[in-house]
Amino acid sequence: MTNNADMYDVAVVGGGPAGLAAAVSAHDAGAKRVVVLERDVRAGGILLQCIHNGFGLHHFGEELTGPEYALRFVKQAEERGIEVKTSTMVVSMDEGGKGGKDGGHIITAMSASEGLIEIAARAVVFSTGCRERTRGALMIAGTRPAGVLTAGAAQHFVNIDGYLPGRKIVILGSGDIGLIMARRLTLEGCEVKLVCEVMPRAAGLARNMTQCLENFNIPLLLSTTVIKIHGDSRVTGVTIAKVDEKLRPIAGTEEYIECDTLLLSVGLIPENEVCAASGVALDARTKGPLVNQCMETVVKGVFACGNAVHVHDLVDFVTEESLLAGKCAAEYALSLSASKGAANEKNKTVSVHVEAGEGVNAIVPQRLDIAAGGNIPQGEGKARIMFRALDIFRNVTIKASFGGAVIAQRRAAVVRPGEMQTLEVPLEALSKGMAGESSADGGGAANGGVQTGVTISIETRGDK
Amino acid sequence: MAQKVSKTFDIAIIGAGITGACIAREAARTACNAVLLDKENDVACGASKANSGIIHAGYDPVPGTLMARLNVRGSEMYGELSKKLNFELKNTGSLVLAFDDGGVQKVHALLERGKANGVKDLRIVEGEELHKMEPSLGGNVRCALYAPTACVVNPYQATWAFAESAVINGVTFMRNTAVHGIERTNANESLFVLHTGKGDIRARYVINAAGCAAAQISKMAGCARHFDIKERRGEYCLLDKKCKVTANHVLFQTPTALGKGVLITRTADGNLLVGPSADDQEVAGDTSTHSASIEDVLKAASLTIADIPKGDVINTFAGIRALAAEESEDGKGGKIIDDFIIEEDSAVPHFINVAGICSPGLSSAPAIAEYVLELLGKAGLDTSARSGFIEERQGIKSFALADTAGKKALIKEDKRYGHIICRCEEVTEAEVVQAVHSPLGARDVDGVKRRTRAGMGRCQGGFCLPLVTAIIAREAGIPFENVTKKGGSSFILEGRSR
Repeated sequence: MTNNADMYDVAVVGGGPAGLAAAVSAHDAGAKRVVVLERDVRAGGILLQCIHNGFGLHHFGEELTGPEYALRFVKQAEERGIEVKTSTMVVSMDEGGKGGKDGGHIITAMSASEGLIEIAARAVVFSTGCRERTRGALMIAGTRPAGVLTAGAAQHFVNIDGYLPGRKIVILGSGDIGLIMARRLTLEGCEVKLVCEVMPRAAGLARNMTQCLENFNIPLLLSTTVIKIHGDSRVTGVTIAKVDEKLRPIAGTEEYIECDTLLLSVGLIPENEVCAASGVALDARTKGPLVNQCMETVVKGVFACGNAVHVHDLVDFVTEESLLAGKCAAEYALSLSASKGAANEKNKTVSVHVEAGEGVNAIVPQRLDIAAGGNIPQGEGKARIMFRALDIFRNVTIKASFGGAVIAQRRAAVVRPGEMQTLEVPLEALSKGMAGESSADGGGAANGGVQTGVTISIETRGDK
Repeated sequence: MAQKVSKTFDIAIIGAGITGACIAREAARTACNAVLLDKENDVACGASKANSGIIHAGYDPVPGTLMARLNVRGSEMYGELSKKLNFELKNTGSLVLAFDDGGVQKVHALLERGKANGVKDLRIVEGEELHKMEPSLGGNVRCALYAPTACVVNPYQATWAFAESAVINGVTFMRNTAVHGIERTNANESLFVLHTGKGDIRARYVINAAGCAAAQISKMAGCARHFDIKERRGEYCLLDKKCKVTANHVLFQTPTALGKGVLITRTADGNLLVGPSADDQEVAGDTSTHSASIEDVLKAASLTIADIPKGDVINTFAGIRALAAEESEDGKGGKIIDDFIIEEDSAVPHFINVAGICSPGLSSAPAIAEYVLELLGKAGLDTSARSGFIEERQGIKSFALADTAGKKALIKEDKRYGHIICRCEEVTEAEVVQAVHSPLGARDVDGVKRRTRAGMGRCQGGFCLPLVTAIIAREAGIPFENVTKKGGSSFILEGRSR
């Protein structure tokens, strides 16, 4: 594949908040030709249906609604003359081995107006968001009537189409989308009878618990799940039951709840069908691509950000992560075009794995790429590690350890699984530890040598 | 308002499952005018949409039965029919796996039975050869009966294809038309009057292909043949197309201590299907799934393939087998009659029962239809072929199955092929529109789903449901909030928001 004038510097797959931020920062980092590919009729992603406010407290210092937050970035993209192709679905990348070499990538996309098109780009950013876990995947027993929806699908019907999914609602799952919909449907005049949550603690943000359930007197039943759906044409009711510590229904605790709608808010699954099919390796835990501190996947020049990498609680963090991804994608693209597509011999790196230690669930990034010889190739001198706690812990110290030494730490009064945590790790602490190492192979591969790595752990401090 | 039907038909076929659909198509070859009725809002709403989709080779039915004869004949017909009528069929072959001595004996018995039934190319495979054929099998498999002629089809697309071919050839299809009474006109004893919610339908000959309701229909007509339909529920797990399980053939199990055995197969569309259970029905018409049954299905399946990835399950569903049985007091059926009931009733001339069409019903359906036309001929109907019968039926050209050149051509033909509606299954707006407008079109979300696969992927309609609902509303000219999942009162939505 040759490096030619028709190529984009950066192509962004998905025009939600992640993709738009990546496109904007790619442009600001010097990428002249940037294109965003968005399957919906307008850019903005899932935020377009999130009409409640609470977005942007961190990033803008304001409380915006979802569409308002999205619009800020749509405008930023417009102001920079970034091309946004809407109603355009990406179907594959580097299909049949075309592209994917050091010269860039070829994306196949389609739209009613342009038909099947190929887009060549030096760097690609996947910001494809996620989908919701379904009734089918949960294997909830019972009939299959109308009135069983994921909370996000219901949100689309209510906020975009202007229709109600039903009148008497039961919500399974205390994830944020379920909590938000509990409030929205109550405000629309429906009766939200209860929210049940299979875990012993609520899944969503604390403020949503207050603002969506407590303020509306909607009961939350913990350690409770839906075990059966009733009704032939439409839902007529559900059977709920308490669960034990292994999350199995406890016989004798069944209760029938009359309702005409069951909403499911039981987990988000990053959508990575396209990039995975083209060779991007995924993390079995997060279901998102394995990335380094620059949000680059295992495939050179392919980056990922936003919910596609790991499910976020706050769009502000999505934006931060995506600004970084876009910047790194641009830097990659510019270095590629400067070197006229030839493999960059200088970019031999060593990968340091980042591992989940005590108390920690899935981590992003999963590896830190350090240039052999100690120079840091891209990004800042610090890596932002993001992760979730396995449980609620109070009075903790969050630590990053490498080679037996603690290289970063911070204290926290409380950490919850429902609230993503971050820890900044100085990369020079790693390069120092590896002085003299060099990569084993050439060809520009990022993982010449994999060190056993940085471990992130959460330790309870005790009574201090 | 129900429209009163005043026309008199030569043939009325009650039930638009695979059986009724095949009969309707055969009837369309004659000069007779025929009507195909179903109580639901579409064809294939009963067992025809909730089965394993297997065209059995024919070694299982007892030799000499109708089941045996029609299974073998039907299975021979499917290959050509799938091409003419454009429905998915894959000639995977099947393996009946033996895990113990009893299984080995059974497998050999099936081989003999198959030979007696005239099934071609059956043989026993084992050891190295079996392992090459199916690398995922464990060391617990002693041997297997290999039937190269077995196939998998998409059974609801096949049903739709047969029924649509019938409609293209002049058969009238009436949906939402349940029969609640059958009489003969006093004026002309040989004319039936079917009382339905849409008015009275008069017909000279009536075919009872009503599935689980066949015994009720037969009783309505006053048939001499007394039987009941015993319902046996089968529950299934459907897994993501991407799941990393190799199953090159349909994999059956011989009965073991765990039970009758379940099958594992890739469907004609590429999903992995595991099941079915065989549960006695407590409540007639119950198509709900039960946690215990699903757990048992997965456990039983693990005998064949050890690590079926539960995380890849995208749906569970159930279908009801309609078994012909001796009459019983509670109407649920007594002793099982191990065969189809296909006959003109001795007390009701021109009334043909086609009842108890359980497995191998799907496999036999085209042959059942041939046989029913023979019976109609014997009963006095002129069944000679007319000219002008159209053999082929186009269906919907699938975007997902086309290659790149094919995709470009489709988009050129209709721009709406460029607009993806269902991302998981790569279904486009053009196909959804065609599903509504085709000669036997969809009128609800599930009908669109069965015709196009929109909503059948891993997100189960999470992304496409609002889009499909909007297209149905637009194309069928009905208000958005009146769109249903499967007809009747199965409204997707409640009404407008404030």
